[in-house]
Amino acid sequence: MLLGLAAPSILIIIAVIMIPLGWLFYLSLIGKGGEFSLVNYQKMIEYKSYARVYLTTFKVSILTTLVCILIGYPLAYFLSQLSQRMAGIFMLTVLLPFWTSLLVRTYAWLVLLQKKGLLNEFAIQIGLWETPVKLVHNMTGTLIGMAHIMLPFLVLPLYGAMRRIEPDLMRAAANLGAKPVQVFWKVFFPMSLPGMVAGSLIVFVLCLGFYVTPAVLGGGRVVMVATQITAILENQFNWGAASALGVVLLIATLIILYLAGRLLKLDNVLFGKN
Amino acid sequence: MDFWKKPASETQITHGDRLWLYVVALVIMLLMIIPTVIVVPMSFSDSQYLEFPPSHWSLRWYEEYFDSAKWMRSTMTSFQIGVLTMLVATPLGTMAAYALYVSGHRAARTIFVFLITPMIVPVILIAIGTFYVFGRLGLNNTIGGLVLAHTSLATPLVMIIITAALRTYDLNQERVARSLGASRLKAFFLITLPQIRFSILTAALLSFLTSFDEVIISIFISGGVNATLTKQMFSALRDYIDPTIAAISTIMVFISTTLLLATQFFKARKDKK
Repeated sequence: MLLGLAAPSILIIIAVIMIPLGWLFYLSLIGKGGEFSLVNYQKMIEYKSYARVYLTTFKVSILTTLVCILIGYPLAYFLSQLSQRMAGIFMLTVLLPFWTSLLVRTYAWLVLLQKKGLLNEFAIQIGLWETPVKLVHNMTGTLIGMAHIMLPFLVLPLYGAMRRIEPDLMRAAANLGAKPVQVFWKVFFPMSLPGMVAGSLIVFVLCLGFYVTPAVLGGGRVVMVATQITAILENQFNWGAASALGVVLLIATLIILYLAGRLLKLDNVLFGKN
Repeated sequence: MDFWKKPASETQITHGDRLWLYVVALVIMLLMIIPTVIVVPMSFSDSQYLEFPPSHWSLRWYEEYFDSAKWMRSTMTSFQIGVLTMLVATPLGTMAAYALYVSGHRAARTIFVFLITPMIVPVILIAIGTFYVFGRLGLNNTIGGLVLAHTSLATPLVMIIITAALRTYDLNQERVARSLGASRLKAFFLITLPQIRFSILTAALLSFLTSFDEVIISIFISGGVNATLTKQMFSALRDYIDPTIAAISTIMVFISTTLLLATQFFKARKDKK
């Protein structure tokens, strides 16, 4: 049967994703003595440090998403106003970072944001501030690096949505006497919202599980869930606690995606409506 | 007429009124590009400290990289795993995308969502999960284990690209071939495949890059002689800033730029037809 062609992929996903996830779920339910217990989840509620890790994770994810919207919307709007050809050329400034290793970009920010880095020197030269400001190994550096890495995930769907808006609608609104600002806010902006929401969602969900950038640019001060999971495994070799943290992260991700999926019909976007 | 006084859009806004937008967009685009290419001039510096612009130029960090057995071995490992992942994920993803799209089966959508779960599950979970399970199977620190894990990440990307390609392609052509007596396999290879070949090439390049750039899973399940380049880079980044990384980064930027331009070329060829 035709569907059999999908079997090898299904087997790989079962072997590499489903079985290990099932195993982690099982491990999260096992106590120190090997008995079945909820102790790993109880600890998460009892210890303040866990709550702090989740709080940091959500805070970083929300802030990164907001920064991405603030700088991604004007950029996508600019690109959508150009001819297809020009947009294709300028789009390379979004695609090149997208295709470049995340590690390379994190490293570049580490260098740019240093006390004696390019950004500090430039800011002092143009008189933005007088003494070098600490921009890295903290929350600021983490947010800058993450926003840079995530921006393409917002701009690409948003740009697609903006391109699909019929220019005739703006023409009609202008014809009926709307001022340019009104045309934008009453016609263009509402129609670009689905693309913006879809993009923001992808950014937010990807941020939740981030590891490399906060680990390098946060300098140990920005502890997100993924960082905490690694630390628990490296220092205590406590699979139960690490798994429980992971399971909660996964469930949070799935709930957000499920709600958003009902709202946006994400699978239609990817698979088509047939 | 002066460019800035020409209308820029449907609402008769002039380019002059839009100047702020152009400036904002330009700044953002610069901020996107600078961190991507800044490593290039830095890698040619003579200094041990990262300075910009470099006061003296040299190739010493490239020498350091090419003379180091550790870096060379991990580079070879990453290439090997990347190519193998590409060779496995591209046909598997294409087969799955074709089957799900053409069959029109009720279960197709569910299977599609199931197959793209690796894009949804936080990678850290895939990393520790495979680390645990592969550890029991003796697959940790092996090429096979890494290819398997990276294939699960690359296959969904291939599927999405190929599904998108099939949607713009008229399947009736294949039906005609089959009604004229070609088997499904023959119809696919002679009629469909040539028309989606640029998408398949794009998908293949992306699978390679997915594997080559992957960090988190590699940190956990690669090690010893089979440690990947990204794993070595990550540990070097966490401990101290070694300018050798600038040289390696430059090579990686060169690879991704080349592959990106190749896909743009494929896209142009596809659109022309």
